[in-house]
Amino acid sequence: MSAGVELDHVTVRFGDFTAVDSATLDIRGGEFFSFLGPSGCGKTTILRTVSGFLNPSEGAVRIGGKDMAGIGPNKRPTALIFQNLALFPLMSVAENITYGLRVQGIDKATRQKKADELLALIALKGQGNKLVSELSGGQKQRVAIARALCVQPKVLLLDEPLSALDLKLRQHMRNELRTIQRMVGITFIYITHDQGEALTMSDRIAVMSDGVIQQVGDGKAVYDEPATAFVASFVGENNPFAGTVVQADPSFALVETQFGRLLGRNPHGLEQGARAILFVRPESFQLAAGAAETTLSSTVKSVAFEGNMTHVFLEGAGKKDITVTVGRHAATRIPEQGETAAISYDPALGLALPEGKLARE
Amino acid sequence: MPVSSRLVALIVPFVVIAIFWLMARREAQRSQDPTRKSYFERNGTTLGIVFILLVAFWTLFLVVLPYLYMVVESFHPTLPPPKRGGPEDVLTLAQYKSLVVLPTGGTNVTHMGAFVFSIVASIAVTALNFAICYPLAYYMAQAGSAQKVRLVMLGLIVPYWVNEILRAFSLRLLLASKGLINQALMAIGLTDAPIDFLGNNVGLYVGLSYAYLLIMIFPLYNAIESLDKNQIEAARDLGAPWWRIHWDVVIPYAKPGIASGCTMVFMLCAGSLAAPLFLGGPRTLWFTSVIYNFFFQAFNWPRGAAYSFILLIACIALVMLMLRLFKVSLGETIK
Ligand SMILES: Nc1ncnc2c1ncn2[C@@H]1O[C@H](COP(=O)(O)OP(=O)(O)OP(=O)(O)O)[C@@H](O)[C@H]1O
Ligand SMILES: [Mg+2]
Repeated sequence: MSAGVELDHVTVRFGDFTAVDSATLDIRGGEFFSFLGPSGCGKTTILRTVSGFLNPSEGAVRIGGKDMAGIGPNKRPTALIFQNLALFPLMSVAENITYGLRVQGIDKATRQKKADELLALIALKGQGNKLVSELSGGQKQRVAIARALCVQPKVLLLDEPLSALDLKLRQHMRNELRTIQRMVGITFIYITHDQGEALTMSDRIAVMSDGVIQQVGDGKAVYDEPATAFVASFVGENNPFAGTVVQADPSFALVETQFGRLLGRNPHGLEQGARAILFVRPESFQLAAGAAETTLSSTVKSVAFEGNMTHVFLEGAGKKDITVTVGRHAATRIPEQGETAAISYDPALGLALPEGKLARE
Repeated sequence: MPVSSRLVALIVPFVVIAIFWLMARREAQRSQDPTRKSYFERNGTTLGIVFILLVAFWTLFLVVLPYLYMVVESFHPTLPPPKRGGPEDVLTLAQYKSLVVLPTGGTNVTHMGAFVFSIVASIAVTALNFAICYPLAYYMAQAGSAQKVRLVMLGLIVPYWVNEILRAFSLRLLLASKGLINQALMAIGLTDAPIDFLGNNVGLYVGLSYAYLLIMIFPLYNAIESLDKNQIEAARDLGAPWWRIHWDVVIPYAKPGIASGCTMVFMLCAGSLAAPLFLGGPRTLWFTSVIYNFFFQAFNWPRGAAYSFILLIACIALVMLMLRLFKVSLGETIK
């Protein structure tokens, strides 16, 4: 009962502004697929295009192989969970859940049965007569999911449904969503600007920036093999060092940066003289000197202890900030504020990418 | 004591004010607040007295007294001025009874007919008005782009700069048997003979609906405007056709606004004078015209007053009944 969703060069414009630029994607049936990107990058726009509230200016949306052009949102096999949930405040929980059946003219007894079934699924058994306003945030969340599932969509679209919840509840709901998805087995398209959410829940992730899909891949690929500088800086923490490639072969590149020459992998085959950014993740650093082309010297600005790990914020040449994260198990001594420290990394964990826009800058 | 009944009307408001004043005093004494300055300390004696006098004058002479006087008047017999206050000036229900039974005996068909017609026609106009205004209000509140909404708004408001009489007469010109509409209909051959729009009260309904368009639109607009667009889209996404979205989501949400608009239009309609006079057919008698005639032609104020209160009470009762029926509380309608 699931269906794949295909975006074929979908472009959405509002006047002169291009909100989504030629997005091409193939989401498989039954997949938990996430769109990840900063605010305003066009995630909601894509979702509204799939659900039928927006028409693509160019390109086509196909659901289960069928072109959706000219088919309205009430006729598509999709159900949307809104960013603000949009539950009907004047209806009871059960009425909310079965509204989709009511408009199909399905009789009350069947609706009641279905409501009980779904209430059990979302662990709200026997609370169907409550008003929506009497529920907690997490319960409302689950009611919204049940309401969408009730119409047996082939694709469930979720627009940052957890953003309004507090951290603990959000983490709990992540698991719950994943469980529900496995149980019902339909395609979930999930939108978030929270990379942790995307990484933990999704089978695959599309990372977006300014209306352009930067990379599509599973969590590991997006984290370990970012395709662009934007992805490298947006997904997870990363330390960028901009510079020029001075020496390169197909597997490694040496980049001349403010900190001297730094070595990293070269998956894009950058050539000598190319502008590049070398990325090293905070957890890839160790607080000890290594080979010359993977060692930086810097001063400790501050130390933040976070329980399971410790972040060390350093200031290197040209006031550049570097973050180093040390796990609990590390036997290394954590330097104090103001100390000079040499840090180094394994060259296989350095990554040279073509220069490009970074996130949050 | 026939004279004193009118005197009572004069005294009642003072007594009420005195009671309120005493209650306020007690309240102030009970909750002693040392930083609180008295009314006169805050405003100064002169200004304080002026304020009090102005407010008292306003409420007493412009609001309370006239009504009270009318209530008392309606329980008096119709008498020529010299006999007022005389032995024949007793309290009586005769004025109220006269709506049903003529003083000369026999049923008062004319006035009862006018009464029922006014109420029924007002309900019809309210319904018609709602049918016109709901789509417009919905468009303005949810569907239209800001620029177009401003245009519609302007188009709605500008005609109200024209005074009521001119508006009614121009409508009459349009709807008359040799008016623009009939000529157009005959020119395209839809009818051979002119349609008697005015005699059929079409003019009356159109005129009254038009007169209170804004009164209906703004409460509706206010109510619908605050509805979250996502709710409409959620209903649509769940497969609801457009009319179900309105029935299940928009109308229940806008119910207080609808109730408030309908109440006002109905009340104003039932109490309107000019439009029914100018646009009603020759056989049409609006209840307010009857009242008007008692006051200004027959100089029969007691009966006019009695009829007015019958109309008022009937309207209030009807409105309350409707609110109860649609499960809206009175408080919600004034939000
Ligand atoms: N109806 C519209 N008219 C004009 N511009 C729009 C419209 N809807 C969205 N946009 C623009 O398109 C861009 C993408 O918007 P969208 O809502 O898809 O962002 P988003 O990725 O969902 O962001 P967020 O995480 O903040 O929800 C934004 O710059 C927004 O201003
Ligand atoms: Mg969004």
